[in-house]
Amino acid sequence: MIYLDNSATTKPFTEVIESFQKVSERFYGNPSSVHQFGTDAEALLRKAREQAATLLDVSPEEIIFTSGGTEGNNMAIKGIAFAHQNRGKHIITTQIEHPSVLDACKALETLGFKITYLPVNNMGCVTVEDVENAITDETILISIMHVNNELGSVQPIEEIGDIAAKYPKLFFHVDHVQGLGKVDLDFKKSKIDLCTVSGHKIHGLKGTGLLYVKRATTLFPLFHGGGQERGFRSGTENLAGAVSFVKALRLIKEAQISNKMKLKTLNDKLRNCLEAGEEVVINSPVNGAPHILNFSALGYKPEVLIHALEEKGFYISTKSACSSKDADESAILTACGFGFDRSSSALRISLTYENSIDEMITFCEAFHDVINSVLK
Amino acid sequence: MKSIYLDHAATTPIHPEVINDMVPVLEETFGNPSSIHQYGRKARQILDVARDVIAKSIGANEKEIIFTSGGTEADNLALIGSAYANMDKGKHIVTTMIEHHAILHAAEFLEKQGFTITYLPVNENGRINLDELSSALTDETTTVSVMHVNNETGMVQPIKEIGELLREHQAYFHTDAVQAYGVLPIDVNKLGIDLLTASSHKINGPKGLGFLYVKDGVRIDALQYGGEQERKRRPGTENVAGIKGFQRAVELLNNTREEKVQTHQMFLDLFLKILETEGISFSINGDRDHAVSSIINISFPGTNVESLLTNFDLAGIAASSGSACTAGSVEPSHVLSAMYGDSNERTTNSIRFSFGLANNREDIEEAAMRVASIVQRVKR
Ligand SMILES: Cc1ncc(COP(=O)(O)O)c(C=O)c1O
Ligand SMILES: Cc1ncc(COP(=O)(O)O)c(C=O)c1O
Repeated sequence: MIYLDNSATTKPFTEVIESFQKVSERFYGNPSSVHQFGTDAEALLRKAREQAATLLDVSPEEIIFTSGGTEGNNMAIKGIAFAHQNRGKHIITTQIEHPSVLDACKALETLGFKITYLPVNNMGCVTVEDVENAITDETILISIMHVNNELGSVQPIEEIGDIAAKYPKLFFHVDHVQGLGKVDLDFKKSKIDLCTVSGHKIHGLKGTGLLYVKRATTLFPLFHGGGQERGFRSGTENLAGAVSFVKALRLIKEAQISNKMKLKTLNDKLRNCLEAGEEVVINSPVNGAPHILNFSALGYKPEVLIHALEEKGFYISTKSACSSKDADESAILTACGFGFDRSSSALRISLTYENSIDEMITFCEAFHDVINSVLK
Repeated sequence: MKSIYLDHAATTPIHPEVINDMVPVLEETFGNPSSIHQYGRKARQILDVARDVIAKSIGANEKEIIFTSGGTEADNLALIGSAYANMDKGKHIVTTMIEHHAILHAAEFLEKQGFTITYLPVNENGRINLDELSSALTDETTTVSVMHVNNETGMVQPIKEIGELLREHQAYFHTDAVQAYGVLPIDVNKLGIDLLTASSHKINGPKGLGFLYVKDGVRIDALQYGGEQERKRRPGTENVAGIKGFQRAVELLNNTREEKVQTHQMFLDLFLKILETEGISFSINGDRDHAVSSIINISFPGTNVESLLTNFDLAGIAASSGSACTAGSVEPSHVLSAMYGDSNERTTNSIRFSFGLANNREDIEEAAMRVASIVQRVKR
């Protein structure tokens, strides 16, 4: 069984599971309690927050633990919109964001916000000029993802950050869920105000994640209550979840450093051997993130291929898991200007540091067998 | 010295069997339930089974359960979500002065957004008066939110009667059952409940998980947007292993609830008896005829909460002044103030003890002895 769907979710690292287990068993106190059980839990939470801050090169008070990427994105977008609507009601995003960004923006439209959905070129990228041209006096937020989850295209975050910084009235939010641990992003250098990451995409647990909120940024909370997480995020803290998330963060950063070119090598191998087939066109840009390869098998139904590959023990996906219930057509590929034949026959392979070159080779062989045996 | 945990209303230890059920899911069934391949389908099956078990535990249908990141999120989703989805029917909400902050602060938010909120008072017994509820209702009332069991006192509200009262009214009935779930039998249909909040970490399940029951046909708006998960009412990749652990916690309580309630009652009787034998003067807050046996709130005249808690802590007794969520600080309890008035000394000399999985008979005896000697010592 070879799992090549790591952008949908990843297998938790053994150490992450162990840390979850250990903390659940030993530190069950509520961090808000004033007795020993509570203060022990609180001390551990503080330590986890400090470690997360060190790993991301930010300050501990800029870390808000969340239940995942969807919550982080909603908290950032709705939070900025509601807290700063008196400054303006315009938000800039792109056509290729994750549904948790797009749908949060659509919901804001019904409340009178104006949203600009920037187009992308055939490499799946927005241009810095388009971003700058879209900014108005009313703009309070730019929300642009780092790495796209279907294509792996990498947006010019640093350059956009430079532009955004010229307009002190607006905030810059980055959905870094797919980039974390794969493509470097310096939050400070990129002048990011808010940044979303999620645990289960980096071999952490589902239901964990964090939102980076730059110091002095005010946000309207999604939930009201006990005032945990400095009032940004009420609710009893998932301590074991937070600690295990930070463990995953450390391990993925280490893996990234010790396997510098590995994913790129695997990806190139796949790209070359898949491209050799006549029916295949590669959709991912050459300079994209190293762990994602999106391609179309023209004329084939993606679901049929996925199931045929599954029988051979390979697990890949069509597009993002979250939109798997829609028809075959990918809105992301359509936004890149690819025709219907291409955008309705897309497959995505997504890798992790634990994959090997042999797995890439056997996958390619299996893929060619499948193409030769299933009907168009 | 052994530490004794008497703060199960703040949070509970995770049950070893819950962890045992979660680990294999983390190791093997790690797929995304939205994925169409086998890894996804297996994860989806785990969710389906858990949803079914949890739905049945309150007499609901599996389509009526929305998993959330905890009680706070579920309370916010219930109150804010129903307020916005039903603005065409009115903008009035009724709740009580003794709710958890997850409800009270969500209600304050709604007030700022132009909704009208009625906060029902409670009598000295800690219960609301049904006539007052009845007269608070208007044609504009869309939701009535009354907690099932109060987290500071253990007092049970007349849920069945409220459900009956509301049967003829357009308003939805939401109850925050975070402290009731696991100790009281709940059948949402018999009790006339439309929306119900529960939280996993209060019943020996994992933290960061809860659910909102939303009766079929009840309209609520989502607080978050994104994928198709939880019928779009709560998007985000599902916490599959956590949900499996939650299921296990629910099964354990289904099997042992009666027994547990009796054990807690035994603990409580023993605890109070020792205080009496030791000659401690104390009085119990609320009316024990309408209270759960796992939570008791005791006033110790002539003492002060802060010095009691500090001394208890030094003596290895973990208790609390009320809601743990009044993060880190010991503030006068809004619940006791509602019951006895702001200036009543009970608001500043009362301690909550709550029993559960971490306790056995010997612990309770030992704890009561330590408590008695501290109370004697610190009394002015
Ligand atoms: C780019 C991107 N943003 C956000 C999310 C949502 O994260 P989560 O599944 O943790 O809610 C995902 C994954 O589904 C994603 O790929
Ligand atoms: C009555 C009540 N409601 C809601 C909550 C909040 O639940 P959670 O801690 O899961 O967010 C709590 C506990 O803190 C509670 O006791």
